[in-house]
Amino acid sequence: MLLQGAHPMDAYGSLFSHGFGSWAGFAKTLGKATPLMLSGLAVTIGLRSGLFNIGVQGQLVSGALAAGWAGYAIHGLPIYIHLPIALLFGIAFGALVGWIAGALKAYRGIHEVITTIMINSIVLALVDYLAGHNFQEPGQTLARTSAVLPSATIPKIFGLPSGFFFAVLLSWGVWWIFQRTTSGFRLDTVGRNKNAAWYAGISVKRSVLIAMGVGGAIAGLGGAIETLGVIGRFEPTFNTGLGFDGITIALLGRANPLGVIPGAILIGGIRGASASMQFDAGVAPEIVDLILALILFCVTAPFLSKWLRSTEVGAKITSGWSN
Amino acid sequence: MKRFLTFKWILTLILIAITGYLYSRDGVITTSVVATALIFGLPLALAAMVGIMCERTGIVNIGIEGTLLFSSFIGFFVASTTNNGVFGIFSAILAGVVTGLFLAFMSISWKMDQIIAGTIINILATGLTSFLYKQGHTAPTTSPIDIPFFSNIPFFGQVLFMNGPLVYFGLVVIFALYVALYHTSWGLRSRAVGEHPGSADTAGVSVFRLRYLNVALAGAVGGLAGAYLSLELVGSWDRGFTAGKGFTALALMIFGRWNPMGALAAAMFFGLAQAITNQLMFADVAHIPEQFVNMLPYVLTIVVLAISAGKVRPPAAEGQQYEKEQA
Repeated sequence: MLLQGAHPMDAYGSLFSHGFGSWAGFAKTLGKATPLMLSGLAVTIGLRSGLFNIGVQGQLVSGALAAGWAGYAIHGLPIYIHLPIALLFGIAFGALVGWIAGALKAYRGIHEVITTIMINSIVLALVDYLAGHNFQEPGQTLARTSAVLPSATIPKIFGLPSGFFFAVLLSWGVWWIFQRTTSGFRLDTVGRNKNAAWYAGISVKRSVLIAMGVGGAIAGLGGAIETLGVIGRFEPTFNTGLGFDGITIALLGRANPLGVIPGAILIGGIRGASASMQFDAGVAPEIVDLILALILFCVTAPFLSKWLRSTEVGAKITSGWSN
Repeated sequence: MKRFLTFKWILTLILIAITGYLYSRDGVITTSVVATALIFGLPLALAAMVGIMCERTGIVNIGIEGTLLFSSFIGFFVASTTNNGVFGIFSAILAGVVTGLFLAFMSISWKMDQIIAGTIINILATGLTSFLYKQGHTAPTTSPIDIPFFSNIPFFGQVLFMNGPLVYFGLVVIFALYVALYHTSWGLRSRAVGEHPGSADTAGVSVFRLRYLNVALAGAVGGLAGAYLSLELVGSWDRGFTAGKGFTALALMIFGRWNPMGALAAAMFFGLAQAITNQLMFADVAHIPEQFVNMLPYVLTIVVLAISAGKVRPPAAEGQQYEKEQA
């Protein structure tokens, strides 16, 4: 920042005041944080089950398009029917995209890192095509769909996007499932030691399918909420990078479903305010990625994380491809 | 294993037969498609070598994307400010080594989670390069060198012997890595460290030193790939320039079963798919939308993997920290 001739404190001050200082800024932060939280949650479910789900981007975007389509193409329904249907579309398509990668892993043994990367590219191209052709807003040259009808728009509570509260609730729900239920325990066991889980009679295939399918569903929901509650239509360029920030958030939260909540608010605030920071202090918004890398570095670097949490260094998140 | 071998050879034979047939129909286009396959596939192959060198010694490297992005940027930046392509290439390689050492530092010395370490490199490279990037610069690029005599051979001459200097260099690096990995003591030690670091340590191999060395060398190869991308293949640099090539390389590494030759073959296959789609688009054979053309290589990879799938076995000690036993 000093290189660009701006005062760092001005920039940070602007970042903070726009992200958290005003009610509108706070609402924007929460709006940004919602899909981030859900994509972080999707990655977390994968990590806990021993899978590295890089495909959240594709799952999220397909959910966003499906929900956007259901939001403008279905007419004449009251909000309490139309909105759930649109959300379900998002969930279903996200789950489908996640499930494909899961099935390829479970039945053909292809590593999920390969398939999710490939599926990401395929889905992004497909969605770009659909938004620019079949589902394009009439008379529009940009690749984007028509605006979502009011009957499918997520209402706001006191100006705050209500999807956010739902995402928090869902994060808590996932935490509860992992902590207190047998199904959660099964996934966790598979994630910790596949062979031991198999020996104990847990179906590893089924766990892989569930983890990828549920992760995809949650990511799809994130895309749906973004489309129906924040943007108001589907436009491919609006969703880029959310899935990859989700990986950062999941790692920040150390694969704990509750850990994604603060991570998502933090990154949502920074992302949301980066444009204002450029305006106020003349700092390029790309600095945000640098800040994110430094945050991740500081939270995960051993000497700092030991100091932050004196008891344990944290569970091992990954152990390479073999797990 | 046997099943995969036959499948591989059948596929190779089919590809050769198709190429031969197409060459007899239209020599010029077939030659140019295969030549394009090589220059598209090479950066992926080199990037896959980065992964192989790291993972064979037990370090997971998902920061290849960051290495490519950072080194291609530095290479282009230096080449454009000094107006000297050679400086650019060397600084790109140096930049690759820097990212490699950073990864080694985080994952070997600090024992951080290796996936996180790689992710940090990726984000850092994305942020740093797009932050420093200024539009409107040009840099000198390398020009093709025809190798005398060999370049006159029909078909193979144009495909193999009329390329830019970094193509030759890259191919030499890949073959050298193959030989080194399987036929030198360095290769044996590296593989031992990746499979069972405890035994290697007992046999007197310094696990830490070898891992550091290999990750840094891998960074240099990644830097070469970056230099090739920005200074030879494309000749410019833009934000997000590498477009996921580092991740594709990971897929190719696994596809090629952590073997340099396997990964090279996989990368060439990928390059061929891209070259064919490019040709289709160029010739306007059918009105295929651009997006469908672009997704073809990815669909092909999944289909081929689904057919040929066997369980792959990564190096055993991958991703695990090594703690020397204390007496």
